Amino acid sequence: MITFENVSKKYPDGTEAVAGLSLEAPDAAITVLVGPSGCGKTTTLRMANRLVEPSGGRILIDGVDARERSLTELRRGIGYVIQQAGLFPHRTVADNIATVPRLLGADRRAARRRSGELMELVGLDPSLADRYPHQLSGGQQQRVGVARALAADPKILLMDEPFSAVDPIVRKSLQEQFLQIQAEVGKTILFVTHDVDEAIRIGDQIAVLRVGGHLAQFAAPRELLERPADAFVEEFLGLDRGVRRLTFIPGTGLNLRTDPLVRAGAEPTAEQFVLPWLLRVDEQGRPVGWFDPASPAAETISIGHPFIAHTDSLRAALDAAVLCPVGWAVGVDGDGRAVGVVSQEDVAAAIRAAHQESLHRLQQDRERVR
Amino acid sequence: MSSLFDMPSYVQSSYLGLVSVQLEVSLGATLTGLVLALPIGQLCSRLPRFYPPVLGLVTLLYSIPSLALFVLLIDVFGESETTVFVPLALYSLAILVPGVVDGIRSVPREVVDAADGMGYGRARRYLTVELPIALPTLMAAVRVAAVSSLSLMSIGGAIGNYGGFGDLFLLGLHFFNDRLIWVGLVSLLVLSILCDLVLRGVQRLLTPWARSLRSVG
Repeated sequence: MITFENVSKKYPDGTEAVAGLSLEAPDAAITVLVGPSGCGKTTTLRMANRLVEPSGGRILIDGVDARERSLTELRRGIGYVIQQAGLFPHRTVADNIATVPRLLGADRRAARRRSGELMELVGLDPSLADRYPHQLSGGQQQRVGVARALAADPKILLMDEPFSAVDPIVRKSLQEQFLQIQAEVGKTILFVTHDVDEAIRIGDQIAVLRVGGHLAQFAAPRELLERPADAFVEEFLGLDRGVRRLTFIPGTGLNLRTDPLVRAGAEPTAEQFVLPWLLRVDEQGRPVGWFDPASPAAETISIGHPFIAHTDSLRAALDAAVLCPVGWAVGVDGDGRAVGVVSQEDVAAAIRAAHQESLHRLQQDRERVR
Repeated sequence: MSSLFDMPSYVQSSYLGLVSVQLEVSLGATLTGLVLALPIGQLCSRLPRFYPPVLGLVTLLYSIPSLALFVLLIDVFGESETTVFVPLALYSLAILVPGVVDGIRSVPREVVDAADGMGYGRARRYLTVELPIALPTLMAAVRVAAVSSLSLMSIGGAIGNYGGFGDLFLLGLHFFNDRLIWVGLVSLLVLSILCDLVLRGVQRLLTPWARSLRSVG
């Protein structure tokens, strides 16, 4: 656990980077610090391993004041990942990963073995072990950065915009994999980002900071989206806050229709002729495209992208329905086989039902308070 | 073949003797310069406001004519190797100090940050992170300094027999012996090229990572 107690940082020139911040990053959870540039989020992170010394308040690592421990001992016990990875260009991937175990006195062979384990954990091919960092892609370099931070198995991990320097597709896959790794290792993580989407995707808790290092709100992602504390938080979360909220509502309650599905080679039945659009699926049951029953020979219309019926949220279903010109979303199973379709109208009805439910909960809460 | 390298009696050392003096004095001076430049460069990169005056000073030293410096130093060290050695070492600073500073500056900031964050102490960070990464830039400067010392040393012949192959230029001129001048000139050239090649080899051995960097970049 990392505890910030009324922590502030003032620089000699008078600028205040962090002002009276109190915050608790609980064990085995990802606490995200998010905010516009100049909000002191990186400074806050860097105070936890004393790369920046606070000018007021104190920081406790598992209940012990960080200042009571020697700098090197403190830092070797805390994993540190930064935006540009900061890999040592003169050392191989395996040696980079082995850095902290070697600093802690592990022998060469043990450190090398540990590197191998971590490369596997972060999804790096073992053949990369003897490459140098510049021979890797940006995404691979970031994986090495994460592996290096985990090498000495620290309880705590500090991550400063670790996925910001890679392109959006790589970033998404790094985020997903990072969550899988976290499910396995359960570290106490303090994570800095300027990207609200990233904060919502990976955070168990999110601290929104405003310029000058004031804590604007500290809440779980869903609560943040549902009940922003003030106008600043609301504006920072952006205009599509409503749509983002749907990320937290599962799409399992959607009523999937199977009547517009037409197997490859099969002709539409008489009942299907009254439907506006029919979905052609191939022999394996995978969606091919939409067609008009009146002209079954014409080229099919793309479904855009499907959503995974039993795991995706209403956000994915809504997006699929809005994207497709015919206004229907295709739900698939884990193997990509179509299990049913749902219209924009039905998604909207599901959203309304979910809202009704949360309104109901809110009213119950209020009554309980009274 | 052997007659080409036989020295007339007025040359006080053998051909191999000249080679050894040439290498000893100029490479020794470069090495001494490097030993001085490392802490000076480290100081300048830690405290950047000292760099412009220090750079001014070493450049100023470089601009002092070597003959003038020899005359001054003869009073202190007499007609000796040291009198040639000291100016060469000082001159090399003009190349080596900026080499050290540029080398340390070439270490990416995030690499230093990562090293700090992982719990490196200052000395360990300098020796195992900054210095190795600075090495390609630093070695480039060392190569220039070494070759420049080899040729600058020639003027040492003017104060006696301390110019290495430079002795041959002055003696050749004095005794109207063109052969000595040519032997001296070609030998100096070959020695400079060999010296640069050897240093290049050392650099490649010390920085295996930079080799693949070049092929990528």
